[in-house]
Amino acid sequence: MNLDPHVPSGPLAQKWDKHRFEMKLVNPANKRKFRILIVGTGLAGGSAAASLAELGYNVESFCFQDSSRRAHSIAAQGGINAAKNYQNDGDSIRRLFYDTIKGGDFRSREANVYRLAQVSVNIIDQCVAQGVPFAREYGGLLFNRSFGGAQVSRTFYCRGQTGQQLLLGAYQAMSRQVRAGRIKMHPRSEMLDVVVVDGRARGIIVRDLVTGQIQSYSGDAVVLATGGYSPVFFLSTNAKGCNVTAGYRAYKRGAAFANPCYTQIHPTCIPVTGDYQSKLTLMSESLRNDGRIWVPRDGGDHRPPQEIPEADRDYYLERKYPSFGNLAPRDIASRAAKEVCDEGRGVGEGGRGVYLDFKDAIARLGEHTIRERYSNLFDMYHHITSENPYKAPMRIYPAPHYTMGGLWVDYNLMSSIPGLFVVGEANFSDHGANRLGASALMQGLADGYFVLPYTLSNYLASTKQTPTPVEGEDFKRCEAEVREQLQRLLSIKGKRSAQSFHRQLGKLMWDQCGMARSEQSLKKALNEIPAIRDEFWHNVSVTGGEQGLNQELEYAGRVADFLEFAELLCHDALDRDESCGAHFRIEHQTPDGEAERNDEQYSYVSAWEYNGVGQAPTLHKEPLTFEEVHLSVRSYK
Amino acid sequence: MNFTLHVWRQKSPQDEGRMVTYDARDISPDTSFLEMLDIVNQELVEKGEEPIAFDSDCREGICGSCCLMINGTAHGPDRGVASCQTFMRVFADGQEIYVEPWRARAFPLIKDLVVDRSALDRIIEAGGFVSVNTGGAPDGNALPVPKTDAERAMDAAECIGCGACVAACPNASAMLFTAAKVSHLALLPQGKPERRRRARDMVEQMDREGFGNCTNYYECEAACPKEISVQFIAQMNREYLAACLDGSEE
Repeated sequence: MNLDPHVPSGPLAQKWDKHRFEMKLVNPANKRKFRILIVGTGLAGGSAAASLAELGYNVESFCFQDSSRRAHSIAAQGGINAAKNYQNDGDSIRRLFYDTIKGGDFRSREANVYRLAQVSVNIIDQCVAQGVPFAREYGGLLFNRSFGGAQVSRTFYCRGQTGQQLLLGAYQAMSRQVRAGRIKMHPRSEMLDVVVVDGRARGIIVRDLVTGQIQSYSGDAVVLATGGYSPVFFLSTNAKGCNVTAGYRAYKRGAAFANPCYTQIHPTCIPVTGDYQSKLTLMSESLRNDGRIWVPRDGGDHRPPQEIPEADRDYYLERKYPSFGNLAPRDIASRAAKEVCDEGRGVGEGGRGVYLDFKDAIARLGEHTIRERYSNLFDMYHHITSENPYKAPMRIYPAPHYTMGGLWVDYNLMSSIPGLFVVGEANFSDHGANRLGASALMQGLADGYFVLPYTLSNYLASTKQTPTPVEGEDFKRCEAEVREQLQRLLSIKGKRSAQSFHRQLGKLMWDQCGMARSEQSLKKALNEIPAIRDEFWHNVSVTGGEQGLNQELEYAGRVADFLEFAELLCHDALDRDESCGAHFRIEHQTPDGEAERNDEQYSYVSAWEYNGVGQAPTLHKEPLTFEEVHLSVRSYK
Repeated sequence: MNFTLHVWRQKSPQDEGRMVTYDARDISPDTSFLEMLDIVNQELVEKGEEPIAFDSDCREGICGSCCLMINGTAHGPDRGVASCQTFMRVFADGQEIYVEPWRARAFPLIKDLVVDRSALDRIIEAGGFVSVNTGGAPDGNALPVPKTDAERAMDAAECIGCGACVAACPNASAMLFTAAKVSHLALLPQGKPERRRRARDMVEQMDREGFGNCTNYYECEAACPKEISVQFIAQMNREYLAACLDGSEE
């Protein structure tokens, strides 16, 4: 397997400029001869589709939602980072780059991260020009707030709905191209396979979710912008529809899957309340700008929070990490919450919760200011819990939120299958072992607006391809395999719903491969997953037929993939016998409980190759080399 | 808590639909309305019966997928929330609950509670954007925007495109949806150059899709999960009128 990252030579700060000049271009008149298939319409897929269509390519976009405007990027709350230094507080491209590399615990590719920091400034300009209503100062200029893992204010936001506004910007740019006839939109369409012809990605197999028909689409390149796989834990902050299917099926066709064990557990989510829950809800990290996190100093203190005096409270993040305090990065804040709850100091039902308190901020700034900054988040909390966070502190607990792992890509965002590009959360490249807050939106839009349009053009300009009609043998074979799996699911007629298997798998993964992992727990998971999978394939009940809208059939297919993918995730977690970022192996921690990296042995990207269901995958290593950054112990103390 | 549900079931657009009665037993008051439907559906699936089809995705009130008419009210009795953020604690124990799809000529039914809302996408395609290509945008701070304008634009931009305004309106009008986008972009300097053409094209598309007109019932504002104000409809009417009087952008 070829895992050359194709990082351009030269000094770090000049690599992207140099590469942009060296890449080949497609003549404007020739662009319309190419067809690009883009799966997913979130920030990465939407921005890529719009930008490529503006250049003149024929784009076909696919999403499983009923409209491209509903992709899960819409739920991102807090903000988007950019190294604008509008606040004059010492920010720079280099600082954003360094914060991101350090935040990822030195497990990401230096050149990719530097490029991300470089284009971050263009993203804000682009979005403002589209009419994204960012928060502003009274003087009319853009306002910023702080996010975790940074000591500067570089986060741009639209109330607590930044993802929504950025996505609508991309959606509107797409809509303009749909109108112009350069994007053909396919909503309610789920990609079920990638078609590889002569070693290149040349098409996809799609199920029309309304008619149930299996359809083939052929193109000159395929782009996956299909998001993350947090629902492998069943309960997560992701939307119900988020899944690993597109990425996993590409992996089964030969694309390497990188660092699947890097899964981010977000520290501020509404705690689990019962086993009827279908998902967990995030409370934006931006709340940590003004909220203070604490638990009672002593276990067994069941007084209402307002009655616990200051002396009996432990503001544990401020105590342990005085220089970053409540804005410690996510992995660190999550583990600290788990630790105090493990000590028996957690609050709320079941003791799995900590307080996020706005009392001091309200006293300092007034309720009006807090309302202006966070009203929709406070309202959402109030609706879900029926508690008023203006009066009593919120209760929060970590939950699966984002996955840094994804399909392996080179510097050009191309996977190990030529012609298959992967953008946004679906790839692995920029966040290392932990993502900083407000960086996902930045990466999605960087990939789609400012990286892919160049690198994809270069691929098309430098590759000679002959047309591959969908009537060809490769397409027919893939279609038949997809149909066969659907029929197999429908024919089992067992006793258990797909959801019950998903819940069972998720609990196993959360208990054995969640915030803390060990060799023993991972081996236990690897032992139990095949048994759940076997039962699934003998006892799942999938109602209805292949024709027409069948939501159970869609869901069962996704659960089937999670049941295989979970094993890959555990293999990766077991191989990485170190702690780094969000991947915490309890065997490797410092005396005060911080993650202990092992740079000598594990400074590499794990890229896994598929060998068949239930077979151990093959590990390939892309060594991480750092030219400019000095690997240090990551400290936020 | 226990509830008796009467749910609209319709296999396909050709099928004649009917209300079917289901029991929802031992439901926690903290369960969301959709999670309650999940529980009912799990029982149906395990019995080998087809579950109730309904749209949902983010389940935190922002994606706009969910669209249920609950006891005759779009998104149910709770104000300012989508169906997914309606919790069972707002109902009385033992209550009978009627669940129906959005009903509007422009939203053809697909199955059970699932309807086709692509007409709303086509209204945006008609002009709900700023014509700017990727690249070459001026610095974000090059053009100051008064804070009050930015805030008001954001009030309109919050629309989640769920279609509750259409479902609630006796005329099945999409005026609030369309007005929210027209106003969002007209309020910002970036959207001003195309404001007239945008208002005219979007209103014309809205009419072509078969949505009704506004006769000031204000049901849309009451049903809107983002509580978007009907004042934006007045703004759109001004924009549209100005566009009709001013032919310069033909």
